[in-house]
Amino acid sequence: MMDVTVLKEAHKLLAEYKYEPAKLDRGYTNKSLYINIGDNRIEEKQISEDVKEKFIGGKGVGLRYLWDATKPETKWNDPENEIVIAGGPLCGITQYPGAGKSLVVTISPMTDLPIDSNVGGYFGPYLKFSGFDALELQGKAEKDVIIFIDGNEGIIRIEEAPLEAIDGHVVSEQLTEMYANSEEDKKNISVISAGSAADHVNIGLLNFSFYDMRRQVARLKQAGRGGIGRVFRDKKIKAVVIKFKGTKGNLNNPVDQAIINKTGIKLHKQIHDLDDQQCRMRQIGTANIIEVMDEYDLLPVHNYQYGCHPDTKNIASNVFIEKFITQGMPDGCWFGCSLSCAKAADHFEIQTGPYKGHKVTIDGPEYENAAGLGSNCGIFDPAIILEGNFYCDTYGVDTISFGTIVAFAMECYERGIIDKEITGGLELNFGNGLAQLELLHQMSRGEGFGVLVGMGVKKLKEVFVEKYGADPDFLNDIGMEQKGLEVSEYLPKESLAQQGGYGLTNKGPQHDEAWLIFMDMVNNQIPTFEDKAEALHYFPMFRTWFGLMGMCKLPWNDTIPLSNATADEPAKIPEHVQNYINLYNGVTGANIDKYELIRQSERVYNFQRVFNIRRGKGLRKQDAMPYRSMGPVTKEEYESRQERYDKQLIELLGYNPEGKTTEEKIKVMREYRLDQYEQLTDAVYKRRGWTPNGVPTVEHLKSIGMDLPELIEVVEKHL
Amino acid sequence: MIKVNNRDSEWEEGLTITRLLEQKKYTFPKIIVSINEEIIPADQYDTTIINDGDDVKVIHLLAGG
Repeated sequence: MMDVTVLKEAHKLLAEYKYEPAKLDRGYTNKSLYINIGDNRIEEKQISEDVKEKFIGGKGVGLRYLWDATKPETKWNDPENEIVIAGGPLCGITQYPGAGKSLVVTISPMTDLPIDSNVGGYFGPYLKFSGFDALELQGKAEKDVIIFIDGNEGIIRIEEAPLEAIDGHVVSEQLTEMYANSEEDKKNISVISAGSAADHVNIGLLNFSFYDMRRQVARLKQAGRGGIGRVFRDKKIKAVVIKFKGTKGNLNNPVDQAIINKTGIKLHKQIHDLDDQQCRMRQIGTANIIEVMDEYDLLPVHNYQYGCHPDTKNIASNVFIEKFITQGMPDGCWFGCSLSCAKAADHFEIQTGPYKGHKVTIDGPEYENAAGLGSNCGIFDPAIILEGNFYCDTYGVDTISFGTIVAFAMECYERGIIDKEITGGLELNFGNGLAQLELLHQMSRGEGFGVLVGMGVKKLKEVFVEKYGADPDFLNDIGMEQKGLEVSEYLPKESLAQQGGYGLTNKGPQHDEAWLIFMDMVNNQIPTFEDKAEALHYFPMFRTWFGLMGMCKLPWNDTIPLSNATADEPAKIPEHVQNYINLYNGVTGANIDKYELIRQSERVYNFQRVFNIRRGKGLRKQDAMPYRSMGPVTKEEYESRQERYDKQLIELLGYNPEGKTTEEKIKVMREYRLDQYEQLTDAVYKRRGWTPNGVPTVEHLKSIGMDLPELIEVVEKHL
Repeated sequence: MIKVNNRDSEWEEGLTITRLLEQKKYTFPKIIVSINEEIIPADQYDTTIINDGDDVKVIHLLAGG
């Protein structure tokens, strides 16, 4: 690493702003920070009571600001596009697990829609403690800049920063070293960065750091989906650094600290007593479900063709625990998180690329990393997955999109749709881990087939059709993207509800709105369209709430209280819902119940839907899903589950498969499943208060208190 | 024949919950099992016999990835 004094001496101050950090009151500072790096403007704004009431915080406030900052035709790389980062009223409490999240929104280069991404690390809480509920970044700098916020001194600077690295793990170390006064002080620094690939490809992400005092390394959590890192680098922002010393448990100045403490202690005890028998989040985090998904035929394999593979044992969670991962210590990405699902491979020696031979600390793998980089691409080598994970993070690449895109490219390669000439010599067979890594290095260097891959499945489909004569219908069937965003790493083929969980979303097919596969496919708890529609109303609204608050969803459902066995609606985990109500009321002094909790989310959810419609999208036709997510596209897929599918043809359709070709059966199955999805869409739109075209009605907007004139103006054109 | 999550399922003499979970490959750790609406504690899965005609629910508690 370079001497940071040399790096710092090369900085050129472009703007400095001094302010009196606002004190938090009931979870809010009531101020936001606006920075325009195009004209080096730094301003404070007051957050109105009306905005707080309608949009609460986090992604709600972020979407409100993004709407105001942009026009319907604003593109992702226009200067007026903003990146808005906000916690929420619960962000920063330390008594309850998972309370350190930032929500990031921008107009996405992948979808041309607002994207929102939820990320850990210390930035969100430190921003609040530094006096701001939200940070707006607008404009484009001419040269690479960093933004520095000192929350104790009340100083904000924009500085040209020519010498720091671009790659996330290096620049986070450099800036942590630069702005900390001592080793002890490093925990008071958090850095937002992207990576070198985000300079060249649309699937760029943001890294949010937190300093790990035990490992003595700046660790990275990711705002992964939708290409926010691409926007960040297009603005020529190298990093945003925040420094705040003095974190304490009561900085949110809550109304009722006692109920927050009591609620937190109850969950800490539950995690202590039960986690080892439940999800083992403290041992391996979300990767605990790799083998579970395989056993339930839900692990995406070979571009979602199949749901399991005999080699999954090679990437099962215990392999990572035994060979690579150190955890078993307080490993949360924010203080006080006893679920502590963050984990790291220490001293991992890199085998390829510019960091070959370096021994690094890698955060992960999360389940999605292992499934996306691994099984979906036919790669069952845990070391390759970890190295891919490392390079995705440091280059600023969304592992989910990358995994799904490479899986698609590999299937196209294996089917002869593309060849070595097109890939620049890479043999993109399923299982070729080194080829996958080389695609990442190409993205970082801005060259080769990797750059095309980094533009996403939607773009690849266009190019393969236009330049190489591929069959567009087949590519649309097997290319697992919707709205321009790649599907995350679960196989929804046998769960109609989850097809809706992916398809009937605002930002694209990411599972953070609804994950209903077990409720639907295994438990058979939501058999009718109305049942599924109710679930596809409740869960997306409930889960949106985490994004309004600055909370993590994992402590909601990756630890289960004993009371759940006798709960009326166990899937909702009612005891935990009450915990969140207690926390919200305890911090803000409000008196919401479980119904108002859903309404809070519903306002923002519908606002986001109308935001999409304002941008000329957001209607029914954009909610269609590729058929690979619904059923067997190819003969091989059908025959891999022939017994199951034949039985369904008989029982559900009254169709006798005897003597029929596989192609004939696929056709009948396809008509049935597409019709099921349409019927589901009708039911869900109705439950959500939308027209059959997916437009929120004026009556519905009124009923939830979201009949803002600017929303009515948009929807009325479609009613 | 028994019902498992409201679907018909083969029954055999001496079928325990543990055996049923093995047959169904229900390996997920966060489940609630009930027989005829009575919840069975996990430490009784080995010894609890399922009778012909029973209504078994194996509820997997995962509502989010």
